[in-house]
Amino acid sequence: MKKLATALLVVCAYASAEAPSTFAIRNARIVTISGPIIAKGTVVVKHGLIDAVGENVAIPPEAWVIDGEGKTVYPGLIDPLSTVGIPGAAPAAATTTGRGGRGAATPATPATQTPAATERARGPEDRPATTCWLIAADEIQTSDRRIETVRAAGFTTAVTFPTRGIFGGQGSIIDLLSGEKPGEMVLVPSVGQYISLSRGGGFGGGFPSALMGTISYIRQIYLDAAHYQLVKDAYAKDPRGMARPEYDRALEGVIESKRILLPATRLVEMDRMLRFAAELKQSTILYGAHESYRPEATELLKKYGVPVLVSLRWPEPPRDANPEDVDSLRTLETRDKAPSAPALLQKAGVKYALYSDGLDQPRDLQRAVKKAIDAGLSREDAIRALTLAPAQIYGVADRVGSIEKGKIANLVVTNGELFDDRTKIEMVFVDGRKYTPAAEAAPAGRGPATDGPGGDR
Amino acid sequence: MTKAKLLWAALIAIAPLGAETFVIKNATVMTVTRGTFKGSVVVKDGKIADMGETVATPAGATVIDGTGQYLIPGIIDCHSHIAADGGINEGSVSVSSMVDIRDVINPEDIAIYRALAGGVTTANILHGSANAIGGCTLPLKMRWGKDAQGMIFEGATPGIKFALGENPKRAGNPQGGRGGAATVQARYPATRMGVEDTIREAFNEAKAYKADWDEYNAKVARGEHPIPPRKDLKLEPLKEVLEGKRFVHAHCYRADEILMLLRVADDYGFKIRTLQHVLEGYKVAKEIAAHGAGASTFSDWWSYKAEAFDAIPYNAALMTKKGVVVSLNSDDAELMRHLNSEAGKAMKYGGMSETEALAMVTLNPAKQLGIDNRVGSIEVGKDADLVLYDKFPLSDYAKVQKVLIDGTVYFDRDKEVSGRPAKQAEKQKLIDKEKQNQQRQQPRGGRATQGGQGE
Repeated sequence: MKKLATALLVVCAYASAEAPSTFAIRNARIVTISGPIIAKGTVVVKHGLIDAVGENVAIPPEAWVIDGEGKTVYPGLIDPLSTVGIPGAAPAAATTTGRGGRGAATPATPATQTPAATERARGPEDRPATTCWLIAADEIQTSDRRIETVRAAGFTTAVTFPTRGIFGGQGSIIDLLSGEKPGEMVLVPSVGQYISLSRGGGFGGGFPSALMGTISYIRQIYLDAAHYQLVKDAYAKDPRGMARPEYDRALEGVIESKRILLPATRLVEMDRMLRFAAELKQSTILYGAHESYRPEATELLKKYGVPVLVSLRWPEPPRDANPEDVDSLRTLETRDKAPSAPALLQKAGVKYALYSDGLDQPRDLQRAVKKAIDAGLSREDAIRALTLAPAQIYGVADRVGSIEKGKIANLVVTNGELFDDRTKIEMVFVDGRKYTPAAEAAPAGRGPATDGPGGDR
Repeated sequence: MTKAKLLWAALIAIAPLGAETFVIKNATVMTVTRGTFKGSVVVKDGKIADMGETVATPAGATVIDGTGQYLIPGIIDCHSHIAADGGINEGSVSVSSMVDIRDVINPEDIAIYRALAGGVTTANILHGSANAIGGCTLPLKMRWGKDAQGMIFEGATPGIKFALGENPKRAGNPQGGRGGAATVQARYPATRMGVEDTIREAFNEAKAYKADWDEYNAKVARGEHPIPPRKDLKLEPLKEVLEGKRFVHAHCYRADEILMLLRVADDYGFKIRTLQHVLEGYKVAKEIAAHGAGASTFSDWWSYKAEAFDAIPYNAALMTKKGVVVSLNSDDAELMRHLNSEAGKAMKYGGMSETEALAMVTLNPAKQLGIDNRVGSIEVGKDADLVLYDKFPLSDYAKVQKVLIDGTVYFDRDKEVSGRPAKQAEKQKLIDKEKQNQQRQQPRGGRATQGGQGE
């Protein structure tokens, strides 16, 4: 049975982008996000852009017409922190308390870009666990199967990052095309630097080994970058009689990063990272944020005006735990209340978005978002937190994130409310190219999916 | 409605109530510096406002009946490793002065509350002893419920950890150091000689670094516009040590290494503020006193490793008699909860008086940390950091009833005990809810197989 399901998945995986360049979806319910919901209207897509949207719009004669009766059109979902398309990347995971889920089982090819770490770092001068000069756009492998998987969940756009080490590299906003050339996919090549406080594997046993070492290292890098800039500027002004500043790609990498992403799951970490970001004077986005259900956390985020990406990998009880062990009240409370964080952030007026945190499988994502909705987030706000909100946070709301004339034609067409159990995503448009998601391996109502990749191999 | 809500909020508040005016009445007050008397202490605006056998009760003051009870200054632990996230040792390098406990304070560490329940109001949170020169440190007040910044003992001189002997040289052993794995490249130093050399080398660097900055500052003062030197987070704290702006707290055991460190400090012109553990301090107490270093030791904890064999429980008393300011510390989250009885042992071993013994966990650590103008004794004008015990506080049988920090009650035994059923019920509710959710998600007749493992 399971073998058959896997075979089906493989066959359906070859859903291809279809050829025409002008589409019209008519008589559909349109959730524009930027404006009111259109109960019955038409979206015209032309040359990859949204040409028109409204109740009464003329359908161009060359358009392929799709009957939208009984269907809903949404803006394509944006994953604001992802590793899709990056070879060998582990899915971005801010949460150390959560268990490693299915996402982590994605087949990984060894990364070729990781610097050899045979020597143990003896201090910050050795630039340990640092590849901040890497730009995701340069690393993308169009053959990554995850592009298709996450597109089936409704994602048309991802902000994808190299995430290994402390300074992983610069993220790029990409459209999830199954194209030939990675360059076609890129909306913005560099949006910011991914910073992690856990060293990850493969970097040898040197400095830093403790959290305070990592923090100190990051601080030193930014001090060095400021000094480097100063010396470089002085040299550019008048090189005569002055020692030539040594080229440092690590410092170049952080200088060219527009913003930084810092991990903070617990309230204590949010407080720590918000202070740290202010000290570093870097435009910052926090990621993780499970304890942002706590009033102190929303207060802090408001005070600092820092946007936050909330991980959809909600904390869960550890699997196979000793039944005698009882978690602390705080841990239990966080597991119970974390999914209410988006609703509370919404209410408090904090800029936030939701990110998959490696939940690649459509069903897992749907369930995770549903949890936030069940905990008080309105449907439209949930969709906004995965469309327009991330677009605004990254400054690309002028091209993606909502259904508006002139924006990129990234659309999701469903047969019901997005994130409902029975709703099927029927079509996904990326840059105006139509994709039909592969059928799900396990039919609905059979209990938890067991379609972890590689389960039978 | 609002009143009920307020009352409820007050009842469930984790954070303690704001500083009120208190009068602690009819207690045996052990001031440490002003003798012991039966009487009252008035607390106002976070400070000790008045004390004596009879005091005037200010209007609106809350009276705490101390009849039959003992009031002492808050206990100060000069050597603790609680309340820090993500590791206490940056053990990858032999000089880790670039790291700072300040960056990783975890105000939600339950050990804080437990220390508080043991009468501790201030603790010096030290970096570990994996390296010759360790990380930067600072004293915290155990203000349970406050955020990380709210824990910091404001205005206290920051410190830095040094370590001598087995711990810093062990990682240099290629057979496996603190990390244990033979695959890990050996870290210099591997001998006691190497430890000394590491410290000297670091201060040679720090002196050169200081000279660069002094030169830069002189140029700026002359109106020039030079490019500043690179700021080096490893050397900044050592420069501060040379400038007397940062205290050195040095982990040590043996008499020879203690003398070594005092001489190194003399050579480079800085002071060792405290010697930590210092189990053989009794052998070189005169030299320690002459240098002006404090000694922070255990009451009777030794023989856990070779360099800790030649210790005696009279250490604290003998050093005191030679003129060293001695404190007793915990170095441990559990021991931290009964430092009062640790102090009591100094009366048995070495015949210290009650006051002398109590000073070893209050006034003396305050002196060592340079905060005795604020805490360490019960005096008018000092911070109202106070502990009320039901029995003679140096006894094993004494239990902490109330702890005040800055005039705010942070621990109240009655409230703690009476609040437990409600907390337990809340916990049980969450556990039950989680179980229900799990059962709902589980398919009929099967177990939840998320992730598809184990098939």
